[in-house]
Amino acid sequence: MLLLLAMSLIVFVSIYAIGDPVEILVSPQATIKEIEQTRVALGLDQPLWRQYLLFLGHALQGDLGRSFIFHQPALSLVFSRFGATLELALSALLLSTMLGISMGLVAALRAGDWIGRTIMAASIAGLSLPTFWVGTLLVMFFGIWLGWLPAIGRGEVATFLGVTSSLFTRDGLAHVILPASTLALGNTALIIRLTRSGAVEALQSDYVRFARAKGLSPTRIVGVHVLKSVLIPLTTIVGLEFGGLVAFSVVTETIYAWPGMGKLIVDSIGVLDRPVIVAYLMMVALLFVVINLVVDLLYRALDPRVGLRP
Amino acid sequence: MPTLELRDLHTDFDTRAGVLRAVDGVTLSVGRGEVLGLVGESGSGKSVTGFSIIGLIDPPGRLSSGSIRFQGRELVGLTERELRKLRGRHIAIIFQDPMMTLNPVLRIDTQMMEAIQAHERVSTAEARRRARDALGQVGIPSPDERLSAYPHQFSGGMRQRVAIAIALLHNPALIIADEPTTALDVTIQAQILAVVQKLASERGTSLLWITHDLSVVAGLADRIAVMYAGRIVESGSVDAVLDTPMHHYTRGLIGSVPSRNQRGHKLLQIPGMTPSPLNRPAGCAFRTRCPAADAVCETEPELTNPAPGRELRCFHPASNTAVAA
Repeated sequence: MLLLLAMSLIVFVSIYAIGDPVEILVSPQATIKEIEQTRVALGLDQPLWRQYLLFLGHALQGDLGRSFIFHQPALSLVFSRFGATLELALSALLLSTMLGISMGLVAALRAGDWIGRTIMAASIAGLSLPTFWVGTLLVMFFGIWLGWLPAIGRGEVATFLGVTSSLFTRDGLAHVILPASTLALGNTALIIRLTRSGAVEALQSDYVRFARAKGLSPTRIVGVHVLKSVLIPLTTIVGLEFGGLVAFSVVTETIYAWPGMGKLIVDSIGVLDRPVIVAYLMMVALLFVVINLVVDLLYRALDPRVGLRP
Repeated sequence: MPTLELRDLHTDFDTRAGVLRAVDGVTLSVGRGEVLGLVGESGSGKSVTGFSIIGLIDPPGRLSSGSIRFQGRELVGLTERELRKLRGRHIAIIFQDPMMTLNPVLRIDTQMMEAIQAHERVSTAEARRRARDALGQVGIPSPDERLSAYPHQFSGGMRQRVAIAIALLHNPALIIADEPTTALDVTIQAQILAVVQKLASERGTSLLWITHDLSVVAGLADRIAVMYAGRIVESGSVDAVLDTPMHHYTRGLIGSVPSRNQRGHKLLQIPGMTPSPLNRPAGCAFRTRCPAADAVCETEPELTNPAPGRELRCFHPASNTAVAA
């Protein structure tokens, strides 16, 4: 809660510093009187501290203000786009963990030969290539030249078990492949590298040697003994990265015109729609707090050495 | 037919600085139910000998020549799959450091049951029952509860008991014990020795007990083989070797063990240190540290039989029976 309070203060002050939304909102022909009226209507005539206290008071009642543009509550606006972003981030997370762990294990098992080296070289590329460049390239290649996959937008949605998502339709899935791959790229590379270093260490450990001396099959050794040791440090990273995926899907969403929170925030910053920006940032901060909690709980479930009591 | 027979075994490691001969022509045998103590300093190649037997030498190491016969069957040249069927089931191994041999993130029952189910198709309940019985046999109190514990909830001695229980699960014909008591304190050491000795003799299990501690083998082994720089330099029955050591290295080892009879005297020590395996002296590898070395020692001494049941690799066997104190 303290974190959220600090976050709200920083956000509020910095947004105040960016610029005056009134000048963008009113028409160029507006008279000074009209401008003043807008300012009062939006509550922007008050001093900053007053605006902040008012905001806090409303925020405690779950009201983060109304959008200057859409005239809807900012929070529900952000929420309405949250599903699309979550969908994209979850797809990217799934893609990067599955691909990252399996390729990382392969890279560890084949550390000496060309397969291992190729994977590691590719992971360096994945870490260093900028998202906007890869995204544009993918759109050009698969979306335009080959025409295999739709390049922009979100596909049809369907409702399954009370959840509405585009992941339940073929069209929706086709739409999500490119943006999810783009978003997953950096993470996949990171997970490959982490998995590999963890697995290389585990493979040299005495307990793996002992497992071999017990006559266990390589599948069991890698799939249980090595994988479980690797998963523990990986959980922390994957959890934190998930927050990052949600928060920084901004670039990817912009490239693919994906109607998520990232796209909304970019548009809102363009028109200085303060309540939406604040609501978005508060939401992301909250998300990080929740993710950290979940990661800690998961960590305890995975690693028996981490006790419930300090 | 001996349980285990090594003949002229060579295990090499290819390193950047050249070929490192960790095991350089080891010949030994362990009879059924016999306990052989393989004694030597760190770096003498005794552990590598143990790992070579069950094919756990990883690149850059390789078994370059020699023969390993287990119950009459040649193990050199077997495929990984065939070796895997032997490991844990017919030949088990116990490692030095019990803190490292159990996987810290898996429960004891998981690690025991997987060892059973790797070799036999038994139900989970049956495997669990056998794991519990095995824990009971090695003296772990309330084995039922301990089964679902994690390794970090055990002390070092208890963990080594678990490792021994795992080794005994399939009643193997041979257990290779690689300094299993070195990392434990003396009282626990004595308990572990007693457990292993009792269980092995009850079941007629052969033991290859690798150690640098002569006092451990003295009470445990039937025979001793002393290893130096990748070779066996002397072997024979425990009493014979300890009472009348013939190799100067063995004499040095025995002389450096503290005992009650030498109170007030400075302990003997062997001058110098084990030569690097990359750069061993030609001829007898011990000659640079040996009090009796002369020009003859620059040629390789052959293994001789100075007495029935004894083997020696030395040109100048020590003649006086008492070790200088």
